[in-house]
Amino acid sequence: MPLAKSTADHIKDLAQRYPSKQSAIIPALWAVQHEQGYVTPEAMAEIAEHLGLPASLIEATASFYSMFLTKPEGRHEVVICVNAPCMLRGADEMTAYLGRALGVRDGGTTADGAITWHSTIECLGACGGAPMMQVDHQFEENLTEERIDAIIERLRQPVAVAAPAPAAASERPKRKAPAPRRTRSES
Amino acid sequence: MAIKPLVTKDFATENLVQLKVYERTGGYTGYKKALEMQPDALVEEVKKSGLRGRGGAGFPTGNKWSFLPKGVYPRYLVCNADESEPGTFKDRYLIEKSPHQVLEGILIASYAIGCNLAFIYIRGEYLPQHDALETAIAEAREAGYIGKNVFGKGYDIDVILHRGAGAYICGEETALLTSLEGYRGEPRLKPPFPAIKGLYGKPTVVNNVETVVNLPHIVNNGADWFKSIGTPTGAGTRVWCMSGHVNRPGNYEVENGTPIRELIEEHGGGVWKNRKLKAFQPGGASMMVLLPEHLDVGLDFDAIAKAGSLAGAGAMVVMDETTCMVDAARRYVKFFHHESCGKCTPCREGTFWMANIFDAMEAGEAKPADIDLLLEIGYGIDGRSFCPLGDASTWFPRSVIKFFRDEFQQHIAEKGCPFKKQPQEAVA
Ligand SMILES: Cc1cc2nc3c(=O)[nH]c(=O)nc-3n(C[C@H](O)[C@H](O)[C@H](O)COP(=O)(O)O)c2cc1C
Ligand code: SF4
Ligand code: FES
Repeated sequence: MPLAKSTADHIKDLAQRYPSKQSAIIPALWAVQHEQGYVTPEAMAEIAEHLGLPASLIEATASFYSMFLTKPEGRHEVVICVNAPCMLRGADEMTAYLGRALGVRDGGTTADGAITWHSTIECLGACGGAPMMQVDHQFEENLTEERIDAIIERLRQPVAVAAPAPAAASERPKRKAPAPRRTRSES
Repeated sequence: MAIKPLVTKDFATENLVQLKVYERTGGYTGYKKALEMQPDALVEEVKKSGLRGRGGAGFPTGNKWSFLPKGVYPRYLVCNADESEPGTFKDRYLIEKSPHQVLEGILIASYAIGCNLAFIYIRGEYLPQHDALETAIAEAREAGYIGKNVFGKGYDIDVILHRGAGAYICGEETALLTSLEGYRGEPRLKPPFPAIKGLYGKPTVVNNVETVVNLPHIVNNGADWFKSIGTPTGAGTRVWCMSGHVNRPGNYEVENGTPIRELIEEHGGGVWKNRKLKAFQPGGASMMVLLPEHLDVGLDFDAIAKAGSLAGAGAMVVMDETTCMVDAARRYVKFFHHESCGKCTPCREGTFWMANIFDAMEAGEAKPADIDLLLEIGYGIDGRSFCPLGDASTWFPRSVIKFFRDEFQQHIAEKGCPFKKQPQEAVA
């Protein structure tokens, strides 16, 4: 699927913005993920064309960063932190509950396509509000089973047709499923 | 010790994120005053203030600035907002509450070092904070704080907000610069230090968010005033990120030198559920564990180092008597394994083997020899890695073995975790 003209124009602008057009690669990948939900090899080839760089360079960079998705996922992304500071305040219990409430395993997507979730060992910068998770990159802190239920119910609402497009900068990015060598929780 | 909030003093002000409100609290007066000064005098003032970097290493900020080679342009300032050290969430708070204060600090630093293009590298997960900064930059541009010939002083400055995409290693300054150049975020060899050869091969200063937010206050009140706060080698305050088993976790700004006890007991409301304190960890995931006997140590780079740990990025993770120290160490080790960039063997392979042994400990499959094997692997990593990520991956687990060896032995003897009553679903 070719990129929308607005995305392509944005990428060309980015190339001018930085002292080196290579610096525009990560912002360009964000722009693509914002438009298409994930980043395909075709999209990377298009980025390469707009930036005047070899496609291999775009791919080498993209594959290093865990937040770029390579395949489509649910409409919403839920990431729950299980690093030590969160563990101390019950992150394991909340992770197990989240898995049960959604009825899918860590890394999975609900049958209705609404939610993809996974646990992460990366601290998300909200240990003071642990247990915590990010829902489409918004912080949800001091989780309880009731709060998780309420959040899930909200996310399961069908998408409003006339929802305004988010501001250009505020991509609602999804995170790439970690590479297989990375262990995941099984709940 | 008297508590003098400095960088968070106006945080209760409603709508502080808005330029007009920030200005009403005295915002941007530091920048205006700085623009009246000679850049070199500004560098001297910051040197004199004794401000040390808040990103982890505590390097004197003014000294770092003065390392830039004379006459080499362009030069760049990069504000490090990659905050990913487990246990830290202060930069997020500083940005969220007062994005203009961060920006003002960046503008002052840029002017001081003669930079016309500054960057903010913010971690990809901090999307709301990214948006807050983006709005602030637009407002500041509109108001003429950013742009060409600022206030007719002949100084041009632009700021680019750059969003990372999920890699802890990109907080390390050379990896950050590599990432900002569009490559895979792997660290570079030092020297040359960024001050000599940084972004695009040009002289570059990398400063943490909390470091730069101190600058408007230093410029407004003077170096001597700043130096009078805190300790002789640790001027000013720090924002401590308190988490774990306390009644009131959160960010607390305290004067340097304040006893750890005061932070945990008064600010944090003490250990929760009327339990006893077992241990705490200053600095973040990398740093060595400390014990209740260290509660009277002052919150200060040098004092904490003397006690056997490091103040690092200002985390304070509190652990009560029910904490499984083996499992805490396991999470951190798995984190470092996950975040190892793979460039060098000691870190890439060593963190993998440490993680395997820790998993075996929790699963009840570890052997008595595994405790010393962990120490041996740690020895093989520390000092032999390409960048500090590898070294630091060994510090917490080794300190836990030192102080809590019996817990490892219990895991082995009882074939599993003695702190968990029923079998747990495996996590992480
Ligand atoms: C693995 C690793 C991760 C780091 N992460 C951060 C970070 O997220 N933010 C930060 O400011 N400094 C981080 N640092 C320290 C930076 O390399 C650098 O020292 C700092 O940004 C300099 O700013 P300062 O002098 O103002 O402290 C990290 C260092 C290492 C080795
Ligand atoms: S120590 Fe680890 S993170 Fe640092 S360069 Fe080596 S592999 Fe990469
Ligand atoms: S450890 Fe979970 S947010 Fe920091």
